[in-house]
Amino acid sequence: MITLHVNGQPHDVDASPDTPLLWALRDVLGMTGTKFGCGIAQCGACTVHVDGQAVRSCQLSIGSVGDQAITTIEGIGSSDVGAKVQKAWLDLEVIQCGYCQSGQIMSAAALLAHKPHPTDEDIDAAMAGNICRCGTYVRIREAIKKATAA
Amino acid sequence: MEKIATSEISKLSRRALLQAGAAGILLLSFRLPQARAAGDTFAPNAFIRVGNDDVVTLVMPQVEMGQGIYTALAMILADELDANFDKVVLQHAPPDKAYNNPIFGVQATGGSTSVRAFWDPLRKAGASARGMLVEAAAQQWSVDPSTCRASNSEVIHDASGRKVGYGAVASLAATLKPVSDPKLKTLKDFTLVGRPVQRKDTPDKTNGKCQYGIDAMPAGVKFAVIAECPVFGGKVGHVDDAKAKAIKGVQQIVVLDDCVAVVGDTTWTAIRGLSALDITWNEGANANVDSAQIWEALRTASKGPGAVAKKVGDVDAAFAGGTHYEGVYELPFLAHATMEPLNCTLHYTKDACEVWTGTQVIGRVQEYVAKALDLPIEKVTVHNFYIGGGFGRRLEQDMAIKAARIAKEVDGPVKVMWRREEDTQHDVYRPVYHNAVSASVKDGKIVGWTHRITGSSVIVRWLPPAFKDGVDIDAVDGAADQPYGFPNLKVEYIRAEPPAVPTGFWRGVGPNNNFFTIESFIDEIAHREKVDPVAFRLRHLDGNPRLKAAIQLAAEKGNWGSTLSSPRMGRGISAQNAFGSFIATVCEAEVDESGEVRVHRLVAAVDTGIMVNPDTIVAQLEGGLIFGLTAALFGEITIENGRVQQSNFNDYRILRIDEAPKIEVHLIPSTEHPGGIGETGTTAAPPALCNALFAATGVRLTRLPIDRNALAGRKPA
Ligand code: FES
Ligand code: FES
Repeated sequence: MITLHVNGQPHDVDASPDTPLLWALRDVLGMTGTKFGCGIAQCGACTVHVDGQAVRSCQLSIGSVGDQAITTIEGIGSSDVGAKVQKAWLDLEVIQCGYCQSGQIMSAAALLAHKPHPTDEDIDAAMAGNICRCGTYVRIREAIKKATAA
Repeated sequence: MEKIATSEISKLSRRALLQAGAAGILLLSFRLPQARAAGDTFAPNAFIRVGNDDVVTLVMPQVEMGQGIYTALAMILADELDANFDKVVLQHAPPDKAYNNPIFGVQATGGSTSVRAFWDPLRKAGASARGMLVEAAAQQWSVDPSTCRASNSEVIHDASGRKVGYGAVASLAATLKPVSDPKLKTLKDFTLVGRPVQRKDTPDKTNGKCQYGIDAMPAGVKFAVIAECPVFGGKVGHVDDAKAKAIKGVQQIVVLDDCVAVVGDTTWTAIRGLSALDITWNEGANANVDSAQIWEALRTASKGPGAVAKKVGDVDAAFAGGTHYEGVYELPFLAHATMEPLNCTLHYTKDACEVWTGTQVIGRVQEYVAKALDLPIEKVTVHNFYIGGGFGRRLEQDMAIKAARIAKEVDGPVKVMWRREEDTQHDVYRPVYHNAVSASVKDGKIVGWTHRITGSSVIVRWLPPAFKDGVDIDAVDGAADQPYGFPNLKVEYIRAEPPAVPTGFWRGVGPNNNFFTIESFIDEIAHREKVDPVAFRLRHLDGNPRLKAAIQLAAEKGNWGSTLSSPRMGRGISAQNAFGSFIATVCEAEVDESGEVRVHRLVAAVDTGIMVNPDTIVAQLEGGLIFGLTAALFGEITIENGRVQQSNFNDYRILRIDEAPKIEVHLIPSTEHPGGIGETGTTAAPPALCNALFAATGVRLTRLPIDRNALAGRKPA
């Protein structure tokens, strides 16, 4: 049994330690907001925060997480910066199919937590790992700027 | 791949379809489906439910896959119904002919048809229901209904100051005769249509609550991943499962004739189990098929006689004099690469089956799962979901059929998922196309034009009545009805199915191919005639004022003719009318010494008729343009030894944010019937880009994806 600290709550997970955090969240804990897109760190759909850092949960085994605090899309709204990002996303109507957007929002929230006033280059660098097949990039850029102004 | 029974579309008139074009505007005689709900709820038609509790529920006949259609269709209904939009509840439609798309005669979402097809029926449905609610209130008050009005889910009698909520008159309204020809609002009376309205589906997409098919979690669900023979059409030979079975959590290995699935307690154990299997495939007849053969076969087929899709004037006479131009344009196979990989969850219990999935064709999923499981169709329940990208991939039901065959072997509910690699390698691909075009120019104008399209027919399988006399109505869409009104025109189609590789609809469908060809070729002719490409197009558009206006606006907003900031940059334009919309797009792109391309800016001007939710239209164009750029810059599926060589986002590239251009979209107000917008940007971007690259380098690219080697080292033109 492995204990994961997700969105401030401890959860006991009965799965082998090599299980990627992504699948423990989705299949064991039923927290399906974190998405599977590629499984090889190419798309960012599975992005969560581990101790405040944006991490690809398809690449992180639950055996290596230890006591670190995990935040998922289900919990990001309870931080200031997370709530601002969510609101900017809605104000600018960024979202299309939405499948990539959990990951986009998690990456954007991590960026703003570390760099409250990112440049265009900072935004590109922080967000280039998150693919959006619907092509919402133009609005993602604007929404990140809007969230910083809020 | 199975042919769809023609019976379900027997009512489809081929003539009507031909007149309309596959993506044209056509409404089959549409009667409002009858009410089916019983009791005290007011359910005057398939789309509207009013409860005694005042809750107005709108049932969505088209699926939401990012295009904002739930909001747009709900706006149309709610506006005519005078419902309180903030409180309406949306529901996915179940499989039922009542929700058939009037353009296809099939319960399907695609071809940028949703608003075009449902604009009239939903307005009537809303207005008719509003009329009945007003009538009921008037009866209750013993006043003339014409002295009452409706607003925000209430009927109001101004003279007496009385008001009643829809819920309170729902039961009475349900006893009234439907108004068959209700009075519709005029444009100026709309309170929702035409205004930017916050989408209904997006709040839950910011917090993890939104459920896609892949998120279905019926109690006790098990998780399966699938492996299909990497060679198209191959079969399972032998499976050694000893190592897989030894993995803790691996519950079952399902071996079917053409695929293998491992069932586990999590997706991860299933993935590990699948990796541990030792599968020998019988690769079968396609084991030697490769891209070179496919192209050779396509080019050979292109020489054969074509079926005539359109003939205007006398092409031979037009080519008797003048300056002649010829061109050949080709497009590759493409995968859909929806962000949500293919998946389908089923619970099979000998005499019934429940299905959870996100699909563009829920009726077909029900029908084909029933067939696969040998069940009566009414024993198959299908729950539709929000879709994490469709783009045509979910207009197919192959994934549901395979998942059903697996679920038949599993005790309890099972979620069958395709890993990204399997999704990429077992797609139905946008066909390879070959286009031969020629034009004759006299006195600075094109007087003769021929276009011969060779490629696979998706229609013949998907909508058989729309294929007749050798012509695929979709494959020639945009070519047969080209925008420029050339006085002498001949468009031909040659059906050529590639060996082994299954083909399907892909965002932009036929117009993708045809506008890449037309807009590249006309640009080439303008250049060789030494005429500005914008001026040259405008010369031919006196009969097409909407497209003319779009080009003029795009040229103005895109600073056409002004000097660019770098000599390595070029500016190109494309124009098209397709899907009932008129769009012109100006692209600025830069080519470096190595041939690498950077797209800086896209400026589009679009006339799409009446706009329901203008901000969604802008969003769809932004996204569609990016989708088209991805295809032009990176998209190609290649075949070797009968198998797809690409597998995941590392080798099937999708444009990323640091590569995305600035995009400006300018909307042209219009009172024409609404056009389609989901695919409009996708078809517009590639020719605009290639024309910009030509302007930058003098290299005319005639195939996609762009060939960086051809661009490398070229001096600016
Ligand atoms: S699923 Fe983890 S990066 Fe794509
Ligand atoms: S919104 Fe659809 S993939 Fe990003």
